[in-house]
Amino acid sequence: MDAKTIAGVAVKVTEDGYLEDMTQWNQEIAKEIAKELNIELTDKHFEVINYLRDRTIAKEALTIRSVGKSGIVDIKQLYELFPKGPLKFSSKIAGIPKPTSCI
Amino acid sequence: METKEKKPLEKVCIICAKGNLEDVYASLVMANGAVMEGIETNLFFTFFGLEGITKKSMKHLHTATTGNPAMKIPGGLPFPTMLGGLPGVESAVSSMMRKQMDELGMPPVDEFLEMITAGGGTIYACKLAVDMFKLKKEDLSDEVKDIITIGEFYELCDGDRTQIIFT
Repeated sequence: MDAKTIAGVAVKVTEDGYLEDMTQWNQEIAKEIAKELNIELTDKHFEVINYLRDRTIAKEALTIRSVGKSGIVDIKQLYELFPKGPLKFSSKIAGIPKPTSCI
Repeated sequence: METKEKKPLEKVCIICAKGNLEDVYASLVMANGAVMEGIETNLFFTFFGLEGITKKSMKHLHTATTGNPAMKIPGGLPFPTMLGGLPGVESAVSSMMRKQMDELGMPPVDEFLEMITAGGGTIYACKLAVDMFKLKKEDLSDEVKDIITIGEFYELCDGDRTQIIFT
């Protein structure tokens, strides 16, 4: 566990850079993490991020398949929004734990 | 001196040569997992593996109920080989397995192939095997990019951070 200051907030992050506590998250933190991943966040990104956060609060396992069926984006669009890390990068930016799913 | 620099995998070329349900899924899960990690992915189907990309068969893949010592009946007792040979048993067991996979959120084969190509993975069929089974391009899933020779497959495997995986 590491302490890190992201967008002026002192947060705890895991070794891989995921927030330890998803309640510490805000939109500015999301933008800052996204910048490190070379992603410029749009409204569509935030729709996906909010969906991931809601599902995490509901304790549902996340897969790219479930995001693809969410009605927000299809899988191809999800890859376009978060290149090379559709679930990993989106989870990191959403301040939720590293995904544990294989699909 | 010990070096700590990481050299992540950049490309995987996965060969699926068997047409059992579990063999095809092993290839699909590995390929999709690689695409999700941002790894360039080529998936090559050959011999009986072609069942996994043939429109007619890909949704009805079977698992072997004979000659499979790991097979159990629900409850955990060994599955008798003699029983596995009875007509309809393999079909019933396979459909039960597909149902269980569906409950775990595993996509059916056709959807899995779409997920891989949606993320930029590429799917190929082996020319020699396609000729042998007398198949045509139109018999194969639309997600199959091309029918290629083994030489062309090796050309796709260039790069010093590339791994070839044979399932």
